[in-house]
Order: sequence, then structure tokens, then C-alpha cells
Amino acid sequence: MKILTAPHMERCIGCHSCALACARLVHKRLSWETAGIRIHSTGGLSSGFAAKRCLACLDAPCVAVCPTGAMGQRKGGGVIYKEKLCIHCGECVAACPVEGILQDRDGDIFVCVQCGQCVEYCPHDCLEMRDPETVGPGEVIA
Amino acid sequence: MNRSHFRVLEVNLSTGHSRVHEIDGRITAIGGSGLAALLFDRFGRVDLPWNTEEQPFILAIGPLTGAFPLMSKTVAAFKSPYHDQYTESHAGGRSALALKFTDLDALVITGRAKTLSSLEIGSRSIVIKDVSFMQGMDAYASGKLLRRICRGGSGHRSILRIGPSGEIGSAMACINADTYRHFGRLGGGTVLGSKNIKGIIIQGDGSFALPEGQEYKKIFARVYEQVTGTRMMQKYHSLGTPANMQSLDDLKSLPWRNLQQSTDPEGIKGINGQRFADDALLRNGACSGCPVGCIHIGYVREKFSEDNRYLYRQVAYDYEPLFSCGSMLGITDTFEVLNVMDVMEKVSLDSISGGVALAWATEAMERGLISEKETLVALAFGDAEGYRKAAHLLGTGANEFYRLLGQGTLKAAQEYGGEEFACVLGQEMAGYATGELFFAAQSLGFRHSHLDTGGYSYDQKHNEKDVDKAATFLMNDEPGRCLLTSMVSCLFARSVYTPEVLAECLTSLGYGEVADQLSSAGENIRQHRWQLRFATGFAPDDIVLPKRYYKVKTWKGPVDGKYLDSLRGEYGRRLSALVKNQPDA
Repeated sequence: MKILTAPHMERCIGCHSCALACARLVHKRLSWETAGIRIHSTGGLSSGFAAKRCLACLDAPCVAVCPTGAMGQRKGGGVIYKEKLCIHCGECVAACPVEGILQDRDGDIFVCVQCGQCVEYCPHDCLEMRDPETVGPGEVIA
Repeated sequence: MNRSHFRVLEVNLSTGHSRVHEIDGRITAIGGSGLAALLFDRFGRVDLPWNTEEQPFILAIGPLTGAFPLMSKTVAAFKSPYHDQYTESHAGGRSALALKFTDLDALVITGRAKTLSSLEIGSRSIVIKDVSFMQGMDAYASGKLLRRICRGGSGHRSILRIGPSGEIGSAMACINADTYRHFGRLGGGTVLGSKNIKGIIIQGDGSFALPEGQEYKKIFARVYEQVTGTRMMQKYHSLGTPANMQSLDDLKSLPWRNLQQSTDPEGIKGINGQRFADDALLRNGACSGCPVGCIHIGYVREKFSEDNRYLYRQVAYDYEPLFSCGSMLGITDTFEVLNVMDVMEKVSLDSISGGVALAWATEAMERGLISEKETLVALAFGDAEGYRKAAHLLGTGANEFYRLLGQGTLKAAQEYGGEEFACVLGQEMAGYATGELFFAAQSLGFRHSHLDTGGYSYDQKHNEKDVDKAATFLMNDEPGRCLLTSMVSCLFARSVYTPEVLAECLTSLGYGEVADQLSSAGENIRQHRWQLRFATGFAPDDIVLPKRYYKVKTWKGPVDGKYLDSLRGEYGRRLSALVKNQPDA
């Protein structure tokens, strides 16, 4: 199972097309925030951009702290999120060290499902779906 | 997200109170330009000066903002310090999407803060803070400090700010939008300055449910494919608008040295679009929601110590500032042009107006009308260092001469002489010396912008001198552009967003009634804007066309003065008829 990687974030122009695509296609929302990938500037526009997203851990801390089993470990990395089981406690958000999971003001959880739909909407090919075995150290955290 | 009324936040800086208004009129006003005119009717006063406390500063977006590619612009509307008439100025950056995600269609700022202040709005917050310590601070430093003062939302907020030019009352002061974009023309920066607003921070912290079904997603994918997968936007994606430098020089239509020339085949080699890309392009950027990424960011570096110590700054460049701070000033080196633009950015001057004004000052100095007594530094075409200093003096209003020049080149020329070579077409010219129709169109255009109508394009495609046909072109071209600036689209996407595509996009979001009335709405919005412009004092016959324009030679040969005057007369007559609802408009 492939995972989302962002090996070329230095190419990012900050158009938010990936986040908007995730919100539109996965979550049926118009938003640059309530999505599994979110683009943030790293100290003003002059400093470039970072993609806040799930880094597809193999032993995810968010899964470990989830009290209801809503966050399950995905084979190959990342998580399987079952909304029906979620009590919106936010423990997963706090447990993720890279701010990969977002909880909106209504308590809803947004996390990457590794579907890759955002990849097609990046005009500069910053994002790639990759087999975990082909991802070298450092490539995921671009 | 989709609603038949407009949701508008009014912030009264005098009282510190705010109010959300629900205002009808979606079908006729749509949003953006149309909404801004509607709001000026409601909050503005045509009979009072621009800097009256109660006059509004308006930011408006449209029904398609953020929902489709390149629907990424915000319309600012205000009574202009430049001519005390109603106007609009448009900018990209993040403000459009940020405003969308505050769940507002428009922000209206009235009143005047007691001290220099910042205004921060979000979907659940309105905060006004005293920032007196930022007085006189340049636009770069202001952006950095505002980011620290108003924490959170990095990447999802818009920071609009002014530099010193907006605080000293220059009619050429722009509003810097997210570092690399601007509400550039006609003095919006000074409108904020008059309200004691140093910066506006818009936190786009909300989101919306999309319509059920596949229609919206399908249309989005189709439009996205057009703007990224075809050649339609290639010009803006590749060299960007700076490609115009070479092509207009080849056409003998690029203003050089205060429009004393329209071509310089040697000089252009140093400052054409390819040269900028090869030598100075650091990276590209994009407005939020636009995958084209037309923002071209160059760099300048400065040796500040003999021990090989350097600093560098990033400067966004487009065609217009390259013309005004490059060829218009006779500068033929990429980095020297960027260095002048860098100072314009810091003082937050509209670099088009600033460059054109300094070009006039240079020729006035050459002719002995003014001296260093007025300019404080020597000005000579090609001398970038002099222009860097002069740009700072102009932006900070260093003396009486610069303060007057900052009110408009023609105003300075009326005092010191040299009106005949002031390159002003309603305001300082845009970089298109393409011929009679462009000169007529910009001088009488609603925003005095090259984007009001396609006059420069018509000049390049038509050799015949048919006044009726040309005036009809201008009149027919404008309503479609009003539609786009009401959605609010970037006008670079005008070939993509035909009326039919706009109607599809609107319908997919549930705005079927708006889609059904598009044609009449475009005309209504155009007429409404012009009615406000005339009501605030616009009279076509008052617009003076300096003699310099009658001496321009393009690839077609010398400008035909009689044809030019006939065009201006007929276009002005039709605009006057338009606002009176006369059938021969």
C-alpha cells in the first residue's frame, strides 16, 4: 500500500491546490484547513512552505493513544480512521508530534487517508505516492 | 456557503463597534465589483471628500472565490485620494480565500481609529490593536511584525499593510498584500492611512460544506485541466508578464525614458523577460487557489561590509513595474531595476506611478524646470542609485516637491512646468504605448487601468481608423470584465472563464439564478460603477492628454492626433450617455 510523500516541497508555490482538492474530494468541503494535507508558510512567504500531513508512521502514536479504536494502524504506514468509532476526544491530535492531524472547531478529525487524490492537483509535482520500501530516510519529511 | 444575500462585516473604527449586515442583491450585483458598488451606495458619500471619517474602505469577494481555480482576487473600493472619485483596486495573494473562510462576502471599514492600529478579523473574532510603535515602518518590516503580533494561522491568513507613503498621504500609496501582491493604484494605502490602519489581518479559519453530487467536482476538474494542462495560461506560468518587455519593444510600444522613445533594441537586451528569468528569478509563487503560479520572485543582494558580507532581499517582478522602474527610467540592468523596485516596495508606493513620476522629474531636471534644490538628489536616466534615493524621498514625502509629486505627476507639473511631457493617462500610464485606442482607453477608463478594457490589444490587431468601431469595442468589452471582477476572477483567466463557463460554475454551486441573469448583470454592474464615478466628479472632458502622447511613434508610425482626439471624444460621449441611460451609449 502506497503512502503520500512530499519529496519536493522546495518547489511549492503556495497555491493550496492539494489541500483544496483533499477537502473537496475526500471531505466534501470547501476549505484549505479541514483536509488531510495543509500548506503553511514557514515564516512568511519568503521562507517557503511546509505540508502538514500524516507522515505515515509504521507504529503510529495516534493509534496508541486512541481510546476507542477509531484510529487503526494501516498496513505500510499511516492510519485508518473510523469516524463512527470516534468520540472526538482529540487525544490523537495531541499525540501526533508533527501536527499531522487536525481537529476543527466542531470536533471533527481530519487526517490523511493516503488516497493520493491531492497529488494530481499539485502543479509542481511536489507530492508523490510511493511504496514505503522505496522511501529513504528523510524523504518523507521534506 | 451559498446564500442569496451578502454577508458583510462593517467595522467602525471610530466607535470600535462592528456589525454583520445581511444585504440583498446577489442576482444583480453578484459580488466583487458589483457588491463593492452596492456597498459604496449604502456606506459611502459621493458628496464628501475621500478622507472624511465616515467614508468606507471596502474589500469584496465573489460567489466563485476559492471554489474554482484563479478565483483568487479581492476587489478594494474607495474614494481615491488621487482624484477624489470612486474607484476600485484589485489584488491577489491570500486575501480572497482568507475572506471567504471568514464566511464574509465583504468587509467594510468606516471611521478612523484614534491611534495607528491593526485590525484582525476571523470567522469568530474581531480585534483592533494599537500599533503606534509601527509608525513609519516599511512594508517588509510591518509584515514581519504583524505576523508576530497576530499569531496563528500561518499560511491561512492574509496580511495587508501600508508603508510610510500611506501614512504621509501620498496619492500613490499602495497596500501591500501578503508581501508580493498589491492593491496598487489610486492611493488605497493612503485611505487606510487616513483611517489610522497600518495593517489588516484576515484569518481564514472557517470552512464550508460543498453541494452534494458530482457536478461541481466535474466542472472543477475540467477548468483545472484547462488552466494547467493546456497552453492557455502558459504565458503567465513561464516568463510571466515580463515577456511583454521584449514583445512591446519589438512593436515600438515600450515606453523608454519618459516616453521619449518607444523602443531601444540594445537596452531591452538587459531587461527583457528572458534575461530576468535567466539572471534574477529565484522562484515562483502563487495566489491562494491558483495553480498557475504567475508570481515571479527575483532577488537583490547588497554588500554591506568590505569583508564580503552580503544581505539579500526577495522582490516580486511583473511587467508593469519592470517598465516603470526599468525602461521608463532608462535602466538596462536587471538587478538595478529590482533594486529600485525594492525601495518602492519598502515605502509601499505604487511602483507604476512612482516610476513614471520619477521619469517626469528626470526630464524636468534635464530641461531646467527643477533642480537638486527640489529633488535633493541628481536624477539621470539610467542612474539607478539616484532613483533608489528618489523613490525613498518620494515615498516618505521628504520635502514639498516630493509631497506634491506624490499627489500626481500632473499636479507637480502644473506647479513646476512640464505638463506636456507628464506621462499621465488619468493616472500615471501603464506600459503600453501601443497607439491611439490605448491612450484613449486608459485616460478615460474606470480605473485608469490597462485591464479596464482591451484597448492595447485592439491597437495591435487593427490598422483601420474607424472611431465608431473602436469605441464600440471598448464599450462592448467592459461588461464581460465586470462579470469576471465580480466573481472575483483573475483577469488572466478571461480566456478560460467565458460567460458560458461562468454560468456552469455558478449553477454547480447553487447560484442558478445568478447564472441565468449574467448578461444583464454585467451591464448593470458596469453602469453602476460608472454612475458612482460620475457622481463623485468624473467628467471625460476634464481629462487632459499631455502632448507627449501625440508624438509617440509605434510600429504603425506616428500617432494620429486627430484620430486620438476623435476616439477620446466618442468614448467619453458614450460613457456620459451610459450613465444617463441613453440608447446611443
